[in-house]
Amino acid sequence: MKRSARYIIPSSQITQESAYLNRRSFIKSAGLAMAAPGMLLGAAGEVAAARARAVDDPTLYADIISYNNYYEFSQEKTAVAALAHDLVTDPWSVSVEGLVKKPRKYDIDDLKKSFGAEQRIYRMRCVEGWSMVIPWDGFELSRLITEADPQSEAKYVKFTTLLDPKQMPGQRKSYFSWPYVEGLRLDEAMNSLTLLATGIYGKPLLPQNGAPVRLVVPWKYGFKGIKSIVKIELVARRPVSLWMNTSSAEYGFYANVNPNVDHPRWSQRTERRIGDLRRVRTMMFNGYEKEVADMYKGMDLARYF
Amino acid sequence: MKPTYRAALLVALHLSALYPLALVIWDYHTGGLSANPIEDITRRTGHTAIVLLTVSLAATPARRLTGWSLFIRLRRPLGLYSFFYASIHLMIFIGLDFGFDWELIWLEWPKKRFIVAGLAAYVILLSLAITSPKLMVARLGAAWKKLHRMVYPASIFAAAHFVWLVKGDKTRPMVYAAVIAALLLVRLIPVTAKGRGS
Repeated sequence: MKRSARYIIPSSQITQESAYLNRRSFIKSAGLAMAAPGMLLGAAGEVAAARARAVDDPTLYADIISYNNYYEFSQEKTAVAALAHDLVTDPWSVSVEGLVKKPRKYDIDDLKKSFGAEQRIYRMRCVEGWSMVIPWDGFELSRLITEADPQSEAKYVKFTTLLDPKQMPGQRKSYFSWPYVEGLRLDEAMNSLTLLATGIYGKPLLPQNGAPVRLVVPWKYGFKGIKSIVKIELVARRPVSLWMNTSSAEYGFYANVNPNVDHPRWSQRTERRIGDLRRVRTMMFNGYEKEVADMYKGMDLARYF
Repeated sequence: MKPTYRAALLVALHLSALYPLALVIWDYHTGGLSANPIEDITRRTGHTAIVLLTVSLAATPARRLTGWSLFIRLRRPLGLYSFFYASIHLMIFIGLDFGFDWELIWLEWPKKRFIVAGLAAYVILLSLAITSPKLMVARLGAAWKKLHRMVYPASIFAAAHFVWLVKGDKTRPMVYAAVIAALLLVRLIPVTAKGRGS
């Protein structure tokens, strides 16, 4: 497998101290808090000191594979890995269809062989207020779409996850409208940051991270990164995602990371990097403003959230 | 009930109320907390607090059902343990999650109705904890009983706090809310000869 490393997080941002809340005063105050329910807070304060690391250092692999939002398996992030362990990801096929001149069903091995993988280190900001820095392996979605040759009416891309309640226990509950569906505007899908990922840290994706292939859109909240994709459709109308279906007032189609637009129930001003106790200020478009802001020129981002 | 049973029941209560805390400490030392330990501890202590509060609400109906006055003696330790876990929960939120950054907490505030509900529940539990010693019971007299009925709104606030926090499927918090509602509603059933409601 050919691999070219491309570090998307510029080194200038890695030590951007102004982006952090004051760490020293934080640890001091954590120390003050120890006085009350002693051991617990003391313990967590130790963690803060011991795990001091640059905020854009990649998240530990152990954390990436053990803390997962993947409701098809469980709503408990720490329960997903075990439940997803036996997901059959080979054989697997991904169908590219809809408004394209050249529809095609890819076997997962063919897909990996045809498009290869390069490394991209991206931030991932969850809508819940935590984030990771993940070294993905994958390829630009635009290459796959170009290959399929979209028809002129194609305006959006709709993605669908595997529907298999036998393998995915969460799908036996009818609270959500399974299967998971996500969508992007065509220009978002063609943006060079948008990735189809097949690996993390040079290892094939594990089921809990969306094996065998998932979407990565680093300037959007994590839930846009649909996992275990079986279908990619070019469509004329804006798709309705699973989260829009569940709660349209809270989750919109765009879901761009935006510290100025609160979730109806909580603010999005800050986030906590996993592996770190600090809160970090959330950046506009998750720090990818330069690459993506043009696509949303003139749009009211509070309305199109 | 024989005194030995009584003692055994109280020991069981203390052990089971302290178990969740022991588990958190054990998990911390053995790497058993999630990759987001602050969230993990916050959620676990909050969960224990609401469970204990719910169990404490069951004491009076249990007494009415069985006629055993012993159940009433469980109310105070259960309520105090609930307050204890709620205190850890709140301290971690303010001290560790937000690093005592009051400005940041303030900015988070207006949208977070679940924080307001949680804080309301906590303030009530705090005032009940302060007035729980026997000395206070005697000093406050009839007012004490009135004050301690505030545990009902506290449990409603706590249930709302839990329901409003959850992102997707609200089944679990709704079950807790339903149990709390049921325990409050049975109090409306007129008192029979077996025991007196409170």
